This record gives sequence, structure tokens and C-alpha cells, in this order.
Amino acid sequence: MPSHGDHGANAETSSAAAQSDVMISFDNVDKSWGENHVLKKLNFHVKPAEKVSIIGPSGSGKTTILRILMTLENPDEGVVTVDGDELWNVERGRRIRRETKQMKLTRRKIGMVFQQFNLFPHLSALQNVMEAPVRVLGMSKDEAHERAKELLDMVGLGEHLNHKPPKLSGGQQQRVAIARAMAMRPKVMLFDEVTSALDPELVGDVLDVIRDLATSTDMTMLLVTHEMRFAEEISDRVVMFDNGVAVEQGPPHKIFKDPDNDRTRQFLRAVLEH
Amino acid sequence: MSANFGLIVSRILEGLPTTVWATLGGIALTIVLSFAAGLGMLSRLAVVRWVSRFYVEIFRGTSEVVQLFWIFFALPLLVGFQLVPLFAGIVVLGLNHGAYGGEIVRGAVQSVPRAQHEGAIALNLSAANRMVRVILPQAVVEMIPPFNNLFIQLLKSSALLVFISAGEMTEISEQLRPTLGPDLVLVYTVVLVFYLLLAIVITVVMRQLERVGARRLGRVPRERRRVLSRGHAPDSAGGL
Repeated sequence: MPSHGDHGANAETSSAAAQSDVMISFDNVDKSWGENHVLKKLNFHVKPAEKVSIIGPSGSGKTTILRILMTLENPDEGVVTVDGDELWNVERGRRIRRETKQMKLTRRKIGMVFQQFNLFPHLSALQNVMEAPVRVLGMSKDEAHERAKELLDMVGLGEHLNHKPPKLSGGQQQRVAIARAMAMRPKVMLFDEVTSALDPELVGDVLDVIRDLATSTDMTMLLVTHEMRFAEEISDRVVMFDNGVAVEQGPPHKIFKDPDNDRTRQFLRAVLEH
Repeated sequence: MSANFGLIVSRILEGLPTTVWATLGGIALTIVLSFAAGLGMLSRLAVVRWVSRFYVEIFRGTSEVVQLFWIFFALPLLVGFQLVPLFAGIVVLGLNHGAYGGEIVRGAVQSVPRAQHEGAIALNLSAANRMVRVILPQAVVEMIPPFNNLFIQLLKSSALLVFISAGEMTEISEQLRPTLGPDLVLVYTVVLVFYLLLAIVITVVMRQLERVGARRLGRVPRERRRVLSRGHAPDSAGGL
């Protein structure tokens, strides 16, 4: 097994795979919900440190991509690798094995921020951030505490360390959730419509935090978003999804200013008019 | 009031400790078995699920009195010795109510939103950590009101121990029947009042736990609402 003991964060000590220029790969990935074919033989690759925004109408399979990466859903068929390590390898009709050792190891490289935050309501902001480093990485409580404080400071919540999530605003909760995911030092960070559940005036603070991460770290970032202006600003690449297929992709200025595909044009017209 | 009131109360009080111990012991065993069965029914292993389900159905679906007879009178024929009555009583109260409690635990664990599991998976917490650190602390709060009911039922079931002469309150009241015939109304009323007081103690404790639990989840504990308040309820102002 290639990488071991990699809590040394971004240190590029690891295997040959790390030097390759693919961080995430989807090969022939298929997924259906009954009649609804959400991913059709998807082939999709993301480079290390690349920031990719996924846009498209709802039900187009955008979120499914993130959920398969986080192992919250399984593909019906196909291979998914992260940083050279296999996450899913599913042959159609074969029994799907969840939570294999290999999967658990690979999954450690990934973090996710959810639309509804998914914070643990019985733990304070600080404890939410400390929990995984202590339980999963085996970090000492003191060290985890220090790190959690730094991270919460970074997202502007240094004053709210001991508040429980239900006492925080949506925007604050989402920033705690970002700090919590960062505490695991993932190589890949997934953002699933992280501002969709927020009141409009709270969106800015959350986007500021993500913008900081995008510019100051070499994390690979995958964002499913409806914030078109934000996607344009921070992405290296934008992918337009429709009906389980990536209908168009390219640099943001191209996709937003001069798309080739009709569906992209229609979609952008519909969203940008609001 | 009858001249025998003092005598009746003091005799019934003699049975009180046994009732209390049977209830406390039964509650302790109920809690252990409820969690074992409830989590067992949610296990990934089919064998564990099957065994848990079997236990729940057997002890929920058969008579508690017969279970008591079985353990106290039939079991000795198989193993060669008889359990102490109080102990046999605790075992049966625990086994029987644990079967109901298993469903409470299962239901409460399943009521924790899927998002909480997903949040925990995204942090790479192990399955055991997800359950112990994330799901159960939230589920336990949901379990408290139904467990309150269950514990009160268990308290009342402890009266079944009269059949195996464990010496609890109901048995004492039975002993008083031959001599205190004219005062039977008083005798049984006093016993009922004792059960009621014990049930109130259970409720007070469980309500307190409920408040603590709600606070731990960052919820505002619900205000004590006065159902039978005097005067007009505020929302009746608008008419019908």
C-alpha cells in the first residue's frame, strides 16, 4: 500500500502516484436511481491543486459526484481513484463492498462540507473541530485543541469556540463545518452547495473563507455551486452538467462568457437573470 | 380514619425496600438489555440481528407472569437450584422490559438524521466512533420519555413478585387481608398511593434528565406549560 502515516499534511513525501497529474479520476462511472440515470458512463479527471466548479440544473448528477467521492453513495459501475489509490471499483451486477480497508484509507484524503452543515449539535464548535483529529488521526487533545482554535480563528469564529451549533447562525455554522473538515488536512475538499441553505446576507462570509482556502492552499477543490460569480472568480475549470453528462467544460471565462453548448447557454441565462 | 391506619402504613413500608430494589434492579437490567437488543437489531451482521430480534419477540410476546413462573419454578428443575425470589424477579422484570426497551433504542437511533451519519463519515470516524460519539449522544435524549413510561410499567409489574413471595408491598397487603378485613379499602388504597409516589419519583428524575439532555443538544428546554392555568389562555383571545 503506498502512502502511510501521512499526517504530515501537505508534505509531498508520498508515492509515485502523488507526482502524477491526476488527483481524482472517474472512469466509466454509472449511477441510476430507479428510472433516473444520474451519471452516464462518466469520465472525469481533476489535477492536483485544481479548483473545479460543477454547475448545472438540479438533478443533473452534480452532487452525486461528490457523494460518491465521500463514499456516501456507491456507483453502479466504474472505477474511482483519489491520489492514485482506489476508492471504488465496481463491476455491474457484482456485490458492492462498502467500507473496505482500502476505501477507508483512501477516504482519509477527502473532506466534505455539506449544504446543511451537518454539525454535531451536542458538541461545541471547538469539540466539533477536535473530534476527528483526536479519534481518527490520534492527535493529542492539547494539540487538537490548539489546531481547532487556530482553524476557528481563521474562519472568524474565535469568539464562539464554546457555542453549540444550534446557538450559531447558519453562516457561522457553515464556517465551523469548513474548519472541521480542514482539521483533517484533506488533500481533496468537496463543497456541496454550501451556501444554498444560508440567508443571503450570510453567504459572503462563507464565500470569503472558501476564497481564502482556494488562494492560500494547494488543496484540490471540487465545488458544486449555484454562485456563478464566485465560481467564475475562483475556479481553474468549470464543468457544466446536464442529464448525467458533462456537456461542456473549460476555463471559467470561456464557459461564462462564450459557451459553445446550447444547454449551457440556456442554463446560464436562466440563473443569471435572477 | 381507621385506628389501623398507622399499622397498615408501617406494614406496607416493610415491603417498600423490596419493591424499590426490584424496580431499580429491573431498570438497570432493562437499560443494559435495551441497548444490547436495540443496537443488535441494527447490526450489520445478520446473526446478531436475528438473535436480537428473537429475544425481543420472545419476551415481548409471552406472558410476564409465566416468564416469572418459568424462571422461578421451571428453571430449578433444569439446573438443580432455585434463584432467590428478589433476584428471579429482577431477572424477569429486566428481560421482559428490556425487550420493549430494545425497540425504543432502535427507534431512537434510527430517528437521528442521516445527515449526522454522513457528517461523521465525511470526517472518517470509524463505525464504532460514529455510533458512540455522534449518534448515541443524540439518540439517548430521544429515548428518555419512552423509557420513563417503560420504567413506570416496570415498577407496577414488580407487584407480580407476589407470586413468588419476594416480600414486596403487594404481598404484604395480601398478608393483611385475613386480619384487616374491614379495612381493605384503606389497605389497598395505601398500596396504590405508594406505587403512585414511586412513579412520581421516576417521572421527576426522568424529566430532569430530559432537560439536561435537551440542553446538551443546544435546544431550549420547553417551558413548563400550565395546562390547568387559571384565567384565559393567551391564544383564546381571537375567539374560536
